[in-house]
This record gives sequence, C-alpha cells and structure tokens, in this order.
Amino acid sequence: MSVLPRTPSGTEPREAAPPARRRRVPWLLTAGLVAALVVLVPVAARTGAYPVPVGDVVASVQHRLGLGGTELDRVAESVLWNVRFPRIVLALLVGASLGCAGALMQGVFGNPLAEPGVIGVSSGAAVGAVAAIALGLNFAGNWTVSILAFVAGLVTVLLVYAMSRSGGRTEVVTLILTGIAVNAFAGALIGLFLFFADAAAVNQITFWQLGSLSQATWPKVLAVLPCAVLGLGVAPLYARRLDLLALGERPARHLGVDVERLRIVLVLVIALLTAAAVSVSGIIGFVGLVVPHLLRMAAGPGHRFLLPGSALLGALVLLAADLTARTVASPAELPLGVLTALLGSPFFFWLLRRTRRRHGGWA
Amino acid sequence: MRLLRPRPAPPLPASPGDTLAEAEALHVRLDGTRDVLHGVDVAVRAGEVLALVGPNGAGKSTLLGALAADLAPAYGVVRIHGRPVSDWSAPELALRRAVLPQASALSFPFSVEEVVRMGRAPWAALGPEDDDAAVAEAMAATEVTAFAGRPFSALSGGERARVTLARVLAQRAPLLMLDEPTAALDLRHQELVLRLCRERARAGDAVVVVLHDLGLAAAYAHRVAVLRAGRVAADGPPEEIFTEPLLSEVYDQPVEVLPHPRTGAVLVLPVREE
Repeated sequence: MSVLPRTPSGTEPREAAPPARRRRVPWLLTAGLVAALVVLVPVAARTGAYPVPVGDVVASVQHRLGLGGTELDRVAESVLWNVRFPRIVLALLVGASLGCAGALMQGVFGNPLAEPGVIGVSSGAAVGAVAAIALGLNFAGNWTVSILAFVAGLVTVLLVYAMSRSGGRTEVVTLILTGIAVNAFAGALIGLFLFFADAAAVNQITFWQLGSLSQATWPKVLAVLPCAVLGLGVAPLYARRLDLLALGERPARHLGVDVERLRIVLVLVIALLTAAAVSVSGIIGFVGLVVPHLLRMAAGPGHRFLLPGSALLGALVLLAADLTARTVASPAELPLGVLTALLGSPFFFWLLRRTRRRHGGWA
Repeated sequence: MRLLRPRPAPPLPASPGDTLAEAEALHVRLDGTRDVLHGVDVAVRAGEVLALVGPNGAGKSTLLGALAADLAPAYGVVRIHGRPVSDWSAPELALRRAVLPQASALSFPFSVEEVVRMGRAPWAALGPEDDDAAVAEAMAATEVTAFAGRPFSALSGGERARVTLARVLAQRAPLLMLDEPTAALDLRHQELVLRLCRERARAGDAVVVVLHDLGLAAAYAHRVAVLRAGRVAADGPPEEIFTEPLLSEVYDQPVEVLPHPRTGAVLVLPVREE
C-alpha cells in the first residue's frame, strides 16, 4: 500500500513547485475580483430602463465626492442615487454576506455541502423577518426585521448544529435531512403567517420568498450594514483556527484551538451574516454553496484567502445576477432568488454526485 | 482576538528524568457508565520512551486520551509538566504536548505541506519561529517530502499516517503521545517511526506510545506499562517485565519469550502448535 518515497533527487524541485504557485494564486484572484467589481459597478449603474452613460455615472460620483465632475439632470441624479446605487450597494453587501457565511458554515460543519439555504438557516431567518412584516412589528424601527431575522436565524443554526452532529462530525445524509425538516417547518410557519396576514403584507411576503433586491433603499442598506460589516470583519480573524478544525475537533484542540468557543463565535457570525442578507433580500440560495467551492478549486482550501475571497466573489456574483435579473426580461423583472436557484441547483446536483463518489456512498 | 488574551508561556526546558506527564489513581468512565480505567498510576519521563501495551479493550487508548487531556478523570488526577491538566489552557497545552490520533481525517483537500505546517500553529502566538525548518525537518524525517504538494486526501492509508506524524513532530512539543503510530505502516516505516521516537527521547523529550507489537515495544521502549482490564499489570524495562507467565496470563494466550540468537534482544512469540 505504502510506496517507498525514495524518489531520485531530480524530481524534488518539480514536486516542490505547486505550493509556491499556490501561494501566488490568491493574490492574482483577489486582484482579478477587485478589477471585475470596478468594471461591473459602473456597468450596473449605467444599465436599466433609464440608461445613464458611464461617463455621466463617473461625473456624478465625482461631483458628490467633491472631486470635480458635474451634476446630472434631476431625473438622472434621482435614478442613479435613489434607485441604482442603493440597489448596487445592497447587492454587494448581500452577496458578500452570503458567500462568506457559506464558507464559514462549511468550515464549522467540516462539510462542503453546508450552506445557509440548503440546511434551512435562510428559511429560519425568513420566518423571523416574515413574522415582523405580518404582525406589523416595529419596536426597533428599520432594524426590527433584521433583529428578528437574526434571532430566528440563530435559533435555526443552533438547532441544525445540535441535530446533525454526532461524535464530532456531521454526516452528509444527516445534514441534508435536517435541512429538509427545517425547511419544511420554516415553510409551514411562513405559510401560517401568510394565511393570517392582510393583503399588503401578503404581497410583501411573497416578494420575500422569491428573493429580490428590487425594493432597495438607503434605509435598507443602513439596516443591514452593521450586521454585514461586523460579520465580514470578524470572520477572517478565525481563518487559521478554521483550517485546524479541518483536522477534526480533537486534533484542533491538541493544536491549541478552544473548539467550543470557536464554534459559538462562528455560529453567531453565520447567523449575523445570514440575517443581514435575508432581512433585506429574502431567500437567495446557492450563492454560499457555489462561491466557496469555485474558490477552493482555484486557490486551495486555506481559509485565510477563502473567507475574504468568498465575500468578494459573492458580491460580484450577486451583482451580476441582479443585473441579469433586472435586464434579461425587461421591462419585467425576474426574481433574483429564482435566478440563483436556477443556476445553483445543477451545481448542487453535481456536487452531491462528486461527494458521493469520493466517499463511496453515504457514510 | 489574539490581542485580548495573554500570550501562552512556552515550556521551560526539562532535564532527563523529569516527569512530564503522570496519572495518579486515575479512574476514567466513558459514556457515563462504563469504567475503563480503575486506579492507574503511570509516569512519562523526559529522555524516555514509554510503551503502553495490553490486549484489546485493556484501556491503552483511554489512558493516552486522559494523559492528552481529551478525557476528564472521574477520580484521580492527570498532571502535565507538574500541573493538573485542567489548569492549562488549550494554547498552553499545545506548546507542551503533541498527540498523534489513531485515525486521521481531513474535511478539505489541504496539501501535505499545508497539513504538516498546521503543526506549527501553537507557535504562531509567540512571534516568528523557524517554521520552515521545522516543517522541512519533520517531512524529511517521516519521508513524505516527495509528495509535499499532493492533496492529503489522495494519499494511501500508510502515507496519511506518516504525514500526520510529520505534523505532530513539527509541533516540537517536549511530550509526544502516539496512539498506535505503526498500525497502517509497512515494516520499514514501523522501524522508522520507532527510531524517531528513540531519537526524540535522546534529545530530551518524553515519548509515550501505544503499541500492539510486543517485539517493537521490547526493541524500542525504555519502559513498558502492561495494561490489563483497566489496571497496570506491570511497569518496567521490557527485559525485566516481559516474562512468559505474565504475558501469557495478560493476553490469555501462551507466549514464548526468548533471546535473539545473535543480539540477545527480547523476542516475544505466540506459542503455535505444529
């Protein structure tokens, strides 16, 4: 079984090359992602029912920043600053939160199939948000929906975590089945709220379930900003410890990781990021599944790049998806959640088959 | 987060013969009901390889788990570097003892070199150390340098076991705890691993290793603790305690103990009818 590794010394440099190349890939990817965002943001700002040329977009931004530029006419200014920019910022925040939450969740569960949508955390958070809308709660102003989404999301993560782990591991089957159960229960609760809600709330909730950014406003951006920034800021601090957790809980502890504490903090961060995304956009699935996977394939599984990288790519993907959703069937608008599910589900299929093949059936 | 916590203090150098880990009247209960260890006393000293042997279910791995602070004692006490294990924080323990688990798993496809480098994690808090040298040395010692760039998940069982050992060696803790390090290995690498244990002991570290092969234990351990049903049946140098009556009784299998015809070293063989 074990091959004697007494290779001729001539092969050593060739074998040693991949790690060095691997270290360069994250930097190239980061630069590429940032460049793509720099290109895509003005394109997204330009495109729509009322086109604003890119030159005008840049001029208007310059003007508002006090760096020269010119003010546009009233309609263009209003379209840009009251419709497009809040929507773009929101897409970036939600995408970054979902991508990062997916990477974190896969790390904590030690399972590449964990994702807020798949295991039901998004639906759980949605129950909190829907409850706030249906019951007309407003105890904390703009933040009411976010707070309730966070609490419900947190309860759901804890529930899934407790139910799907045994002996320090999460088995694929248990995780997916737990997700089915949680999604079913959350769906029932949302249905119940729909049944008792008035017509206006029903409209709002339906929009929610499909997932959309079409009602983006600056107050909504402000409502998610603290959650998203806190979550995205804290996550990279735990990158090294997440790498160690891939060895298993005991080996991680042997290497000095306070595993219990790590788990509690990361579950809180996951709930925070998911709630931030869900509270403004509804359920947008598969971003947290696909994004970390693509990056792992390109740059390896180290979390020091994976966590910030997933935030960047998540932001890029969601901005592109939202741009597609609002232009592909114009003047009508495709729900964003429908679009991501349409593209993400086949990927999920492929991933399931691959995981199954690698583990030789479902452990 | 790192800034809010005090830096873990690195271990003080030990002199040969210092007790780096010890169990005193140790009782361990698993699953809340099953008593696996009943009053075990054992000491692991610097400069010494201690082998834990005994039949299946005697409590070898449980004893190692308790010494490694994975399992809490029901009664009795486990000390590492003279302090009860519960008084150490996880980062402090990581600088003092390294543990090789029986099975090694990995959730994501890290490369061999990345896995070995994880062994350096405990030292990250203490500022720049010579990580590259420690990683290279550990990989060379376990003969895994040739596949440094391959993903861990693509390796065979024996190769994984050696990579995991390299990670444990790279940790450079003065106390090594190895749970059946030879189980998945071929003849050559079994010898290699135990020679490494001797080398570490000669360099002043304390090594405790769970073994099934009594021949390996006799050849490489300075001291052997024979476990039977959760108690220490014998503890001492192998040439003194490896006797036919004791081993035959402990293993419930007739055993012959004879000197090697050329070197005189202790050989242990089961009695086989022709």
